[in-house]
Amino acid sequence: MNTFLDFISFRDPNVIYVVLGMLFVNTSSALIGTFAFLRKRALIGDAIAHSLLPGLCLGFLVAGEKNLIFLLIGAFVTGWLSTFAVDIIVNRTKVKQDAAIGIVLSTFFALGIVLLTYIQQNAGGEQAGLDHFLFGQAAAINRSDVWVFGVIVVLIIAVVGIFYRSFVVVCFNPDFARSVGLPVRTIEFLITSMTVLAIASGIQALGVILMSALIITPGAAARLWSHRLPRILLLAVIFSVVSGIGGAYVSYAKAGMPTGPWVVMFLSIIVFLSIMLAPNRGIVSRISRARRNERKILQENILKAYYQYHEKKQTKKLDQLLTIDQILSIRNFDTSDLMKGIKKLKREGFMLQEGTTYALTTPGQKESKRVARLHRLWEQYLLKRTQIDTDHVHSGAEAIEHIITPELEKELEKELGIEGIPDEDY
Amino acid sequence: MKIINEMNDLFIILTASLVAINASVLGVFLVLRKMSMMGDAISHSVLPGIVVAYYFSGDRTSPLLLLGATITGVLTAVLIDWLSSKAKIQNDASIGITYTLLFALGMIMISGWFSGNVDIDLDCVLYGDIALINLDKVIVDENLYLGPSAFLIELSATVIVLLFVFFGFRGFKLLAFNEDFGLSLGMNMNRWHFVMMGLVSLVTVVSFEVVGAVLVVGFLIIPAATAHLLTNKLIPMIFWACGLGVIAVIIGFYLAVWLNVSYTGAMVTVSGLLFFTVVLVVVLRKKRLSGEYLH
Repeated sequence: MNTFLDFISFRDPNVIYVVLGMLFVNTSSALIGTFAFLRKRALIGDAIAHSLLPGLCLGFLVAGEKNLIFLLIGAFVTGWLSTFAVDIIVNRTKVKQDAAIGIVLSTFFALGIVLLTYIQQNAGGEQAGLDHFLFGQAAAINRSDVWVFGVIVVLIIAVVGIFYRSFVVVCFNPDFARSVGLPVRTIEFLITSMTVLAIASGIQALGVILMSALIITPGAAARLWSHRLPRILLLAVIFSVVSGIGGAYVSYAKAGMPTGPWVVMFLSIIVFLSIMLAPNRGIVSRISRARRNERKILQENILKAYYQYHEKKQTKKLDQLLTIDQILSIRNFDTSDLMKGIKKLKREGFMLQEGTTYALTTPGQKESKRVARLHRLWEQYLLKRTQIDTDHVHSGAEAIEHIITPELEKELEKELGIEGIPDEDY
Repeated sequence: MKIINEMNDLFIILTASLVAINASVLGVFLVLRKMSMMGDAISHSVLPGIVVAYYFSGDRTSPLLLLGATITGVLTAVLIDWLSSKAKIQNDASIGITYTLLFALGMIMISGWFSGNVDIDLDCVLYGDIALINLDKVIVDENLYLGPSAFLIELSATVIVLLFVFFGFRGFKLLAFNEDFGLSLGMNMNRWHFVMMGLVSLVTVVSFEVVGAVLVVGFLIIPAATAHLLTNKLIPMIFWACGLGVIAVIIGFYLAVWLNVSYTGAMVTVSGLLFFTVVLVVVLRKKRLSGEYLH
């Protein structure tokens, strides 16, 4: 608890730098990464991150020391070159995007390793810390780094804010963007440049390998929660910043724990929680929706079986008591499913039990007629309006009867000219 | 003394060539299946498997290591499949999420949970330690020198990969070109897929110590993609890929010796340069052809 208090009260000035650094870096990468994710170019971020290494080394060789500005410029140039190379390979040869990314990533990274080992052999003590960029070292973020990250995040927020509409159009429908005369190539250039910048600012904290998590994962998690882009962007930033600060806390609280990997762990936990719990697109909600539908279909089929039974016996009222076997003779239910369905129907007041026989209540009879009627209506519609044969309309109706809404029912009645049928004539 | 040095150099070249051959053979199928990044993901994700197996066996050459990492590799493929089919996350993002998660887990294990118990150098994770393979020599009968153990491990991996590809050629070929046709023949394509992912994991793991997790991707994909530009036939493509891989290894080795830099880094750089040269030739030739067509 004490460490937690120490952490949030920023008693240690280094904590401020790390937290601010994480805040800036994660905000910029989540913002721009979401656009990359939506453009289905998530792994380009991976290629860029690996490709920064030779640029960093070149920046170091030019400056002769670890000057963040030189390093960033070098990284920006090679990072940008890498996306350019991927585009050339994909557009000009038959090599596909996945292989192109893999090739560019490993070639640039290998070049970076060559340069890094060259520097280590020749540059003496000055190069210390250059290999932090391989795995990242958030604890090494200092005051001037925070300033640079701050400038970058402001720049990215400004660019996204100003060009928001063009970014959206280019992400979701580049063909449309071209047709309305937007400068698509310039906008893509802008997005790419911002992506490279965001990644370049992040690798000091996360390292070249884990950096792609900051680009991909927040957007992927946020996408599960909403369909609206502003909300996705906001959520992505929140997820990313929370994970960033969480990672900083773990490494603060427990000596020896690396920050970057923990940030990725928190991000992954968020994405897996989202996969399970997100409304609509989450697995839990999808499964429960499927269950609900299954149950509804089962119940409606039981009710319909009653109607069919009475129809066969040519009784107009649906008040017969049926045994389980009699129901099964109409429709081949799985017996345990049938019992479950009956139990539920009894609880909802559609059915009554008398000994081993079951009957429909008045609302149950009405419901039974309704389902049968929807079935017939759809059969009629298929017969009249499509080319489908008499013996094929049943299966279509069997599926659709469960999802016809009252509005659609009215539409169908109008379409077929059988309006205004009184309830008792069902 | 000179002879010993030359022997050592020879074994470095031979071992790296075997890595190149193993990786290129599988890489051809990965490239054809548009699953190159799957190779990237697996090569990163085997890290936690290696660390756990290393922790329990305490030995870097234990077969447990192979087993642990191969299982992790196949699990990676399963997780990626699950994320894209069940969780409905687009495929590229599934790959990115999975491998960063597993790699982060591996790093946390190395520097946090098992620190002190696991002697794995993080830099070696990235680009291997091929220069050090000669420290671990296998000598039988007191004086018969068989070669460094990394070389022998790599050799057995080559045998396994080649046997699998030779006897499973039909399955792999259908997987690469027409999975649906394979299904219609009643073959279990899913099983072939996971056999292939298992082989990729195996190759990644045995190459891990030699070339590292990131650079093995270069060995997997670059020669295969270069070969893909040179030929349209599967078997010539495999031979081209192996040949290009070995050439890159040899040139890269001498380049690295000359510049005194990382061997594997130089090898993959040369491989990449070969690829870009071929791309340049292809692009120029296309331009010339289209120019002739216009005239």
